[in-house]
Amino acid sequence: MATVEQPDPLLKEDNAGDGNDGVRRRDFLDIAAVSFGVVGVGAVAFPLVNQMAPPADVMALASIEVDLTNIAEGQAIKASWRKQPVFIRNLTQAEIDEANAVDVSGLRDKESLAERTKEGKANWLVTMGVCTHLGCVPTGVVTGENKGDYNGYFCPCHGSHYDTAGRIRKGPAPTNLVVPEFEFLDDSTIRIG
Amino acid sequence: MSFAWAKPYEPKTQLGHWIDQRLPLPRMIYGAVGGGYPVPRNLNYAWNFGVLAGVFLMIQIVTGIVLAMWYNSGIETAFASTEHIMRDVNAGWFLRYAHANGASFFFIVVYIHIFRGLFYGSYKAPRELVWMLGLVVYLLMMATAFMGYVLPWGQMSYWGAQVITGFFSAFPVVGEPLRVWLLGGYAPDQAALTRFFSLHYLMPFVIAGVVILKTWALHIPGSSNPTGVDVKTEKDTLPFHPFYTAKDGWFVLAFLMVYVAVTFFLPNALGHPDNYIEANPLATPAHIVPEWYFWPFYAILRAFTVDFILPAKLWGVLAMFASILLLFFLPWLDRSPVRSGHYRPLFKVFFMIFIADIILLGICGVMPAEQPWVFLSQIGTLYYFAHFLIILPLISKLEKPLPLPDSISKSVLHGEEAESAPYGLAKA
Repeated sequence: MATVEQPDPLLKEDNAGDGNDGVRRRDFLDIAAVSFGVVGVGAVAFPLVNQMAPPADVMALASIEVDLTNIAEGQAIKASWRKQPVFIRNLTQAEIDEANAVDVSGLRDKESLAERTKEGKANWLVTMGVCTHLGCVPTGVVTGENKGDYNGYFCPCHGSHYDTAGRIRKGPAPTNLVVPEFEFLDDSTIRIG
Repeated sequence: MSFAWAKPYEPKTQLGHWIDQRLPLPRMIYGAVGGGYPVPRNLNYAWNFGVLAGVFLMIQIVTGIVLAMWYNSGIETAFASTEHIMRDVNAGWFLRYAHANGASFFFIVVYIHIFRGLFYGSYKAPRELVWMLGLVVYLLMMATAFMGYVLPWGQMSYWGAQVITGFFSAFPVVGEPLRVWLLGGYAPDQAALTRFFSLHYLMPFVIAGVVILKTWALHIPGSSNPTGVDVKTEKDTLPFHPFYTAKDGWFVLAFLMVYVAVTFFLPNALGHPDNYIEANPLATPAHIVPEWYFWPFYAILRAFTVDFILPAKLWGVLAMFASILLLFFLPWLDRSPVRSGHYRPLFKVFFMIFIADIILLGICGVMPAEQPWVFLSQIGTLYYFAHFLIILPLISKLEKPLPLPDSISKSVLHGEEAESAPYGLAKA
């Protein structure tokens, strides 16, 4: 590290005189050396830190394709994306109407069903199966499971109730079930991620 | 301890005082590698390799810890996880190559460091324990390097483990049970791989502990120097900081340039291609060779081909262990009162022959076990032991050393009193 030094009266370059602003050559050298060192340390530190990020094989699994043909109306499946469950639900017309009948301005996390689905594909509700409270997996995908007070999903850990659009209606969860980035490749296939 | 003229530590700030009264760590650092540690002023570049060895120990520990975050020590997954590091982990190729080549460069540095000690008589009184602790570090390094080489579970890993643990089966009666105990089985398998990974992680920290003891022991008499003459006055020394921090600093950077050049451009030059084939317990590679830093010892091991009272295999194993253990007795085998080979004309000649002998053994170690290499390794092994047990004791008796300089500063400045004052002081 650079050390603070007293000027040496015998060294001409240390004498702040004739228009010199008191900055010694040594100061410049110190700053230059330390800067060089910081850059070098940074260049080595980056790969050591960055190696902890997800490796290429994990990133390669960052998108999945799901075939929707076998999901009948009113049914739902769980897919696995990035080692997390994704709920894919084929909403009935009744469930769509139920979701659209809700006044959005009264919700904790104000989103309409249309905002949470793709245009013209309002029956396909794709959400993460991860409760936004503390990360449990809500029930309601499998027939016969508790769907909560709002006929959507229910998180058994701390009692969060989600409606047919996967929006939080009651309980501790702060936000609606997250809709991952997804797109329709054709009418019966989606790609998540 | 240090010389009487060593600058005492003076905290510059209130906080410095406060800490110094409670935990005098900055004081210790100042006295060990700072302005408070006087070092002979005439050290040449052979003296730079101790610090460099410490740098490589740190490089190995840091890269090793991050590799262990990805490596998997299951026999079904070890090889694949190594490839996973190489292909998928961010900069994993860099981390593994840095670690593998770091091991080689660590040995290069340590070998230069050892030969420095051999030539300049660094092992002589009062530094015998520094020398011995260094040999302990060397032995630990060999064990660590061997076990690390097994971890990728390639063909050389597997058969290296088979051969090295096979050494122990040479001992009569206890040999085979000992080998089975070491491996946790009858051949290298899951138990062996898991324990090697565990110990490979542990041992560098043991090495670091011994290095601390070694540094402590070194700082009692202080460093030796190329003349071998003891430090007498303040004129003979310079404070470690800034003089040797600067010299070591630039040299570390220069040496690391060579290391990263090899790591980036010749990453597999020092390795064996067979280790990119996954371990197969049913097929042995054509000829098994250890990494380059073990070649001379491998030659000594294979030099014994005739049963004489004991089986040849046992002679080889005993000779290999003896070749290193012998070095512990070196301070008492070389009786010459003159430390530095620089003033020992006879010693100088035989030292060069000794270096040539080590190189010969190294070549024999990498060659297949057939003529003429077997014969040459026998000659080389014979000479190796003769050098320490016969030649060194003899020349210390016969040789007439050159006159030594009166002092370090006299040797540096040819007695010109006016110039011998430390820089920036007397102009008289």
